[in-house]
Amino acid sequence: MTTYLLRRLLQAVLTLFVVSLILFGLISVTPGGFMTVYAEKSDMTAADLARIRANLGLDDPVPIRYVKWLGNLLKGDWGRSLTSKRPVLEEIGSRLPNTLLLMSLMLICTLLVAIPLGILSAIRQYSWLDNVLTTIAFAGQSLPVFWFGLLLIIVFSVLLRGPDGKPLLPGSGMYTLGEPFSLWDRIRHLILPVTMLTFVSAAEYMRYMRSAMLDVIHEDYIRTARAKGIQEWVVIYKHALRNAIIPLVTLLSLDLPSLFAGALFTETIFAWPGIGRLYFTAALKNDYPLVMAILTIYSALIILSNLLVDLIYAMLDPRIRLS
Amino acid sequence: MKDSQSPWFLFVQRFRKHTMALVGMVILVSITILVAFAPFFTTHDPMQQNLLNRFQPPSATHWLGTDDLGRDLWARILYGGRISLSVGLLAMAVSITLGSLIGLLAGYFGGWVDSVLMRTTEIFLSIPRLFVLIALGMFLRSLDLSMFQAGSFIPIALVIGLLSWMGTARMVRASTLTVREREYVQACRALGGSHRRILLRHILPNIASPIIVSATLGLSGAIISESGLSYLGFGVQLPTPTWGNMLSNTQSQITTAPWAAIFPGFMIFLVVISINYIGDGLRDALDPRHHSR
Repeated sequence: MTTYLLRRLLQAVLTLFVVSLILFGLISVTPGGFMTVYAEKSDMTAADLARIRANLGLDDPVPIRYVKWLGNLLKGDWGRSLTSKRPVLEEIGSRLPNTLLLMSLMLICTLLVAIPLGILSAIRQYSWLDNVLTTIAFAGQSLPVFWFGLLLIIVFSVLLRGPDGKPLLPGSGMYTLGEPFSLWDRIRHLILPVTMLTFVSAAEYMRYMRSAMLDVIHEDYIRTARAKGIQEWVVIYKHALRNAIIPLVTLLSLDLPSLFAGALFTETIFAWPGIGRLYFTAALKNDYPLVMAILTIYSALIILSNLLVDLIYAMLDPRIRLS
Repeated sequence: MKDSQSPWFLFVQRFRKHTMALVGMVILVSITILVAFAPFFTTHDPMQQNLLNRFQPPSATHWLGTDDLGRDLWARILYGGRISLSVGLLAMAVSITLGSLIGLLAGYFGGWVDSVLMRTTEIFLSIPRLFVLIALGMFLRSLDLSMFQAGSFIPIALVIGLLSWMGTARMVRASTLTVREREYVQACRALGGSHRRILLRHILPNIASPIIVSATLGLSGAIISESGLSYLGFGVQLPTPTWGNMLSNTQSQITTAPWAAIFPGFMIFLVVISINYIGDGLRDALDPRHHSR
């Protein structure tokens, strides 16, 4: 197991290195690149621009810049945002709690919705309920998320009105500006973005849950359990679910990086100040250090979650770690 | 017995049993005809602005209303559909070709070729797709693409294709591994058939079914990717309409002109769900052992 772990760890580090190389290369060859932000300011003279270029180390060839960037990164210096001038890690840190809140609520809601519905759908296979749920899930997976967000806004923030004549649910931000803190106000602002995210991801989780459950339910040990006269719900929840949940754990582990990266479309549409929206605005403003930092952390987390899945499987199945 | 029936006949028979796939097929074909012969279905010019005619609700002259610059939405949906569908097709062609090629080579040759290609696949899978597509969109926007005119969809389609081949590659590799030791492949090898001949004439036709299914899913995926990128402003640039970028500015006008936010998105949804159902039907028809439902 230790050898397997070490080998996979080494592979992961290597992968991350190559990915960062590709991303850095991509950003460096962008014409204008780092300088776009400065060049747009009209009061800059050519001499000013040249001095800034030299200060940022942009006159060095790309490989040297990469080594410098990597060296600083390992020392904890990730550079400063070109627009706000604050260190990028500070920028990211200030947005992270908002994204964590949104995404963890979404994952909890997704599991609460998808697991029971997936089980129900599987144990009543081909019933009208199963047909309706499967169709909704299929539609959910074909839905352009951003359009679904716009529809939610049209219905709940434009068409439907509360008793006071105001929109039923707020369609942007984390709280009402200029009002004292209130928990209810916070929750109201969470409803639409969490609904948007949950619907789309629950559709996927439900389909996985259903097919995993269907695979398990025809196994011999389930028939044995039934033959022993165990109550049906115990068979389903203790014998079948425990085996069917493994694919879902995989899916969940692969979704963990999104806890950091947030949901770009949702955060953009609902003006949610999280990492996804931070990345979007940074890309719009050509804020390269910030773009590069978010990409690097996100890639590292993806590689880590892939490693996690591999390790889970290696623990469950000895054949993998021995090959 | 049914042994007189051709595989094609059996395939059609099985496909026809999948009602939703047939409905999807009808919808997709109708939309393709509408879009391809756009001038026959609208007299409006999709680029013609008319500031006196902004935000008109759907009416007899403007079937789906007008947008913030007074352009006819029905005309923009028809002409925009040309771009959206073309991007989808081109991106799908790129990703399927690349994925099949990499999967075939890795599975057939094995050894170091396999290691290199599969590590590459892993690296591409570790890249946050949407975020990198945005960075690439940023890159494409900053380029002065003299070979493409402004609003061209070719660069963005290539970029989407280059970032979506990994699933196909893994699938094709696995299929190739199951086929490459079969007797007919060994027979061809014994007769002195070249690698090229074995790969293209014997292995590829036998793993075509999963590739076709993967191509349909790739098509719907690419259409969603393009619309998302264009919606964010990193895809096909305005004023050239696509279903995605038609939605770009609609959020700020959602109280005055909700129809502008509804119709283009509905087209994306309709096309994507149709293609997905067709893919579902194809999978059931091509591989009778597999049942998705």
